[in-house]
Amino acid sequence: MRNPQLDAKGELTHLLTLEGLPAEVIVRILDTAVPFTSIAERDVKKVPLLRGKAVFNLFFENSTRTRTTFEIAAKRLSADVINLNIGASSTTKGETLLDTVDNLVAMNADMFVVRHAQSGAPHLIAAHLNRTGRTHVHVVNAGDGRHAHPTQGLLDLFTIRHYKRDFRNLTVAIVGDVLHSRVARSLIHGLTTMGTPDVRAIGPQTLLPTALQALGVRVCNDMREGLKGCDVVVMLRLQSERMRGALLPSAGEFFKHYGLTPEKLAYAKPDAIVMHPGPMNRGVEIDSAVADGERAVILPQVTFGIAVRMAVLSMLAGNG
Amino acid sequence: MKIEIRNGRLVDPKHGIDRVTTLYIAAGKVAAVGAAPAQWHPNRTIDAAGLVVCPGLIDLSARLREPGFEYKATLESEMAAAVAGGVTSLACPPDTDPPLDEPGLVQMLKHRARSLNQAHVYPVGALTVGLKGESLTEMGELAEAGCVAFSHAEAPLVDTQVLYRALQYAATFGYRVWLRPQDAHLGRGGVAHDGEVATRLGLAAIPPSAETIALAVIFALVRETGVGVHLCRLSTADGVAMIRAARKDGLPVTCDVAVHHLHLCDVDIGWFDPQCHLVPPLRGTRDRAALRAGLADGTIDLVCSDHTPVDDDGKQVPFGESEPGATGLELLLPLTLKWAAEEKVGLPAALARITAVPAAILGLDAGHLAVGQPADVCVFDPAAHWLVEPKALKSQGKNTPFLGLEVPGRVRCTLVGGQVVYEGPGT
Repeated sequence: MRNPQLDAKGELTHLLTLEGLPAEVIVRILDTAVPFTSIAERDVKKVPLLRGKAVFNLFFENSTRTRTTFEIAAKRLSADVINLNIGASSTTKGETLLDTVDNLVAMNADMFVVRHAQSGAPHLIAAHLNRTGRTHVHVVNAGDGRHAHPTQGLLDLFTIRHYKRDFRNLTVAIVGDVLHSRVARSLIHGLTTMGTPDVRAIGPQTLLPTALQALGVRVCNDMREGLKGCDVVVMLRLQSERMRGALLPSAGEFFKHYGLTPEKLAYAKPDAIVMHPGPMNRGVEIDSAVADGERAVILPQVTFGIAVRMAVLSMLAGNG
Repeated sequence: MKIEIRNGRLVDPKHGIDRVTTLYIAAGKVAAVGAAPAQWHPNRTIDAAGLVVCPGLIDLSARLREPGFEYKATLESEMAAAVAGGVTSLACPPDTDPPLDEPGLVQMLKHRARSLNQAHVYPVGALTVGLKGESLTEMGELAEAGCVAFSHAEAPLVDTQVLYRALQYAATFGYRVWLRPQDAHLGRGGVAHDGEVATRLGLAAIPPSAETIALAVIFALVRETGVGVHLCRLSTADGVAMIRAARKDGLPVTCDVAVHHLHLCDVDIGWFDPQCHLVPPLRGTRDRAALRAGLADGTIDLVCSDHTPVDDDGKQVPFGESEPGATGLELLLPLTLKWAAEEKVGLPAALARITAVPAAILGLDAGHLAVGQPADVCVFDPAAHWLVEPKALKSQGKNTPFLGLEVPGRVRCTLVGGQVVYEGPGT
C-alpha cells in the first residue's frame, strides 16, 4: 500500500507522519512557516488563504494546547473552525470512527485535524477518504497514540533551525518516555531526514522501545553521558500513569536520574537549547531553573507551532 | 450412489500413493483404487485428468462463530467455506459465547453441523469453566458429547496450578490437551510483534519471550506429569528451536502453525493494515523463515487455517482496536501449496500436513483413502491460480491479508461421505 499521505503525483495531500516525507517537502513547510511568524505581530492577524474552508478539529482524546494552536492557525488563515471534542461520547453511542467522518464530510468538511488515542487512526481516515474518492478532503494528524505528531515534529524542527541554522552538524538528545511518545518518533524521523548526524535517546530501558536503534538513534541509559556535547536537548513529558505498570518506581526517582537540572545541562554544549513539547511537569522531567532559564526555548516553540500549523494547513489547501 | 473420479493424480500421503489412477466410490466409501470393482456402473463420473485427488483436508482450527457471534459468521456460511476450500473435517475452538464448556452446547453444535450435511465438525472443549482458568470443566461429559480435545483457546490461563491439574486430569482419561503458548502477562495489551515495526508505528508490543516462557512452563509440566500436549500456533524462531530440542529429548509434544504465519511477517502491517492483526502476532522475517523450515523438517507437525471470520466493523477501526484474525478455510490449501512450492517440498509431503497428520493429532481414522474408508475427498487443480477477493470467498468473513493476491490451487470438487458437497467453477 502506498503511503496514504501522498497523492498519485507524490504531492502531500494529508499530513500523517514525517516518516518517509522527502527533505524538500519538510524544508518547503518550514520555509512557508517563516512569513507566518510575523502575522501575529500585525494589527490584523489574518490572511485569507483558507477563506470559505471548513476545518474540523476532531479530537477523540483530550487536548487543550494542540487544539487551541490548530484553531488559532486555521482562524488566522480565515477558515471556519468547528471544534469537536468527541472523547468517548460517539463511540459509546455506537457510531464508528468512519461513520463520524462520513457524517462530517456530508457537512462539507474540507479538512480534518485528528487526534486519537490509537496509533494509526488518522491513516485509517485518510485511507478511507482516498478509497472512496473524496481526495479533496485533507487529514492532518494532531497526534495518534504513540505513533506520530507530525506538526509537533515540524515545529521542533522549525525551532532547531531558527536557533541552530543547519541540521547537518548537530547533536540532539531526546530525553524521557520515548516508548509512549509520538513527539519523539516524529522528531526522530524529521531529524534523520534532515541529515542530523547524531540523534540520541536517553531514558531507562523500560521507557525506550525495543528497536529504537533501527530508527537511526543512539540509545543512552545514562543522562550525563548522553548529554555530552549536545546542541539541543528535548525533554519529553512524563505521564503520571507511567508509575503504574512497573515502568518506573516514582516520579522522584525519575527526576533524580533523568530530570533536567542545571548540573546535568552543564554536560551539553554551553549554547545548547532546551525544548519541551508541553505541558511541563516541573520537578519531574525538568527543573524550574532550567525551564525558566535563558537556554529554554519552550515558549518560542509554542509561537512557532502556530506558524508551522498555518503552513501545513495552507499547503494542504493548495497554497504553495 | 456410485462415483468414479477418473484419471486424476491420486495423492494419499498416509499410504504413500502418488500416481495417476481412478478412485471408485460406492455407498459413501472408497470402493477401489485403480481397477474398478466387479459390476461397476457409476451414477456419476468426474474427469480428474490434470487434477489432484487427495483425502479431504483436515483443519485443526476453524472458528465457526456459533454460538454467540452469528453476526460475524454462521455455521451455514462457514461450512460452505470449508467444503469450498476442500476441508472435510475441522476442529473448532471453544472460544464461542458462551464458551464450549457444557455438553448441551457441544451437542447442539454437533447437531446443527450434522444437519447441514457438509464437513465434519469436531468441537474442542473448554479446559476450564467459562475459559476463566479457575475450575475444570466436566471433561468426561464433554467428551461424550463429542469433544475431541480440550483447550483454552486464546483465553489466558494464568494459574499454573490449574494448568498442572488440568493436564493431570485430562491424562487420567486419555483426553488430548491443546495449548497456545503465550504468557498472559507479557502479552497483555499487545497487538504486534516487539520489533522494528511496532517501534516505528507505536503499537503496543508482544515480545517473543511471551511464547518461549509459556513453552518452558508447559515443557516443565509435560516432563513432570508425562502428559502429552499439542501446541497451537507457534510464532517465533526461538519457539521452534525449543520444540525441536524438546522433541529430541523425547518429550510427548506436537505442534502446529497457522498458514498465514508461513507467508507474512510484521512488515506486512505496512501502514496499520488491520487485516494483519493476528493472534499470535506476525513476527519478524527470521521467525517466518524458522516456521517455514520447521514445517518442512517436521519439527512443526502440521499447518491449520486458524480461520477467524471478522466482520467489517471489526476491521474498519484503528489497528489496536481491530479484532484479530483472518478468514482461512478457503486459503488453507492454496497457501500450503504456495509454501510447498517455494520451499521445494513435494506435494505428498505438503498434503500430509493438512490431511493425515492433523487426523492423527485429532485421533481420527481419517485423512486417507484406504478401501473401506468414508469417501472424504478433495479434487483440486494445482495449476489454476485465482484472485483472492471478497466475491471469491464463501466465508462470511472477507477479512484476509491476502486480498488482491493470486494464489495457486483451485478446489474443483469436494466429497464428504461419498456425496458431492461442493463443485467449483470449471468442474
